[in-house]
Amino acid sequence: MKVKIHVTLKQGILDPQGKAIEHALDSLGFKHAANVRVGKYMELDLDQTDMAKAEAEVKAMCEKLLANTVIEEYRCELV
Amino acid sequence: MNIGVVVFPGSNCDHDCQYVFRDVLGQDVTMVWHKETSLAGLDAVILPGGFSYGDYLRTGAIARFSPVMGAVKKFAADGGLVLGICNGFQILLEAGLLPGAMLRNESLHFICNDVFVRVENAATPFTGACKPGQVLKIPVAHADGNYYTDPVTLAGLQANAQIVFRYCASDGKVTPEANPNGSLDNIAGIRNAAGNVLGLMPHPERCAESVLGNEDGRLILASMVEGMNAKKGRAKALA
Repeated sequence: MKVKIHVTLKQGILDPQGKAIEHALDSLGFKHAANVRVGKYMELDLDQTDMAKAEAEVKAMCEKLLANTVIEEYRCELV
Repeated sequence: MNIGVVVFPGSNCDHDCQYVFRDVLGQDVTMVWHKETSLAGLDAVILPGGFSYGDYLRTGAIARFSPVMGAVKKFAADGGLVLGICNGFQILLEAGLLPGAMLRNESLHFICNDVFVRVENAATPFTGACKPGQVLKIPVAHADGNYYTDPVTLAGLQANAQIVFRYCASDGKVTPEANPNGSLDNIAGIRNAAGNVLGLMPHPERCAESVLGNEDGRLILASMVEGMNAKKGRAKALA
């Protein structure tokens, strides 16, 4: 299966890149845009057919390496 | 003393550390490739600055799984001195040997400048040659030095005198203007609860001899050597 992982800074943690992009959008006239958050997108192939096992494995990957849970949160899609 | 300098793929301050400990401070230095699994015979370990694994994913995130890091953890647990400089500090954070994490600099710029730091705790194995409150001028060179931790951990760091260096103005005042990267509480360097592991963003190895016009960094590295020599002397006297 294909795994899609999004990692972003936790809410409440200042995202300087998001802020810079927000200002740029504003200066381009996109006045309705707010709260820009920048993150990382990763995808990988997982050789696993059992959904529960796959979810557990992906969670372990995120906790151990893909996200730093001191500052980041993650969400995963398994398709 | 035999000082180990760990070399990760992408370390680039390893030879500066080797030079200062060996040629300036007159110690033995062993370069330790990141695939090593033993640190036997070493008195202290340095994780140098650089861009280990190209800073891919997050700074220090991949280096922390290098084989040598298991040995570094054991070395630290046994009370050995571990110093992480810049990328070395980031690796110590990712490895959980120090609390917290690094965010991108608030300005989003890579900052390469002299900064002032105040010695907040002069009673550590890394600051014994400094006076409490002494102001040191040391260069920084990083894009991710914006220290962050949760409020509970921060309170613990403050209460246990684990904040060893704070960014300050040249007169020692800790102000928001003197904070180069947005670090929480102007934190430039912290130690662990046991006191034998220190991480700092400034580069003391880049200002450790008079020919360079600044010897402030030497105080930190010489503190380690003097402290270990004194400890060995005491152990010898007791034996």
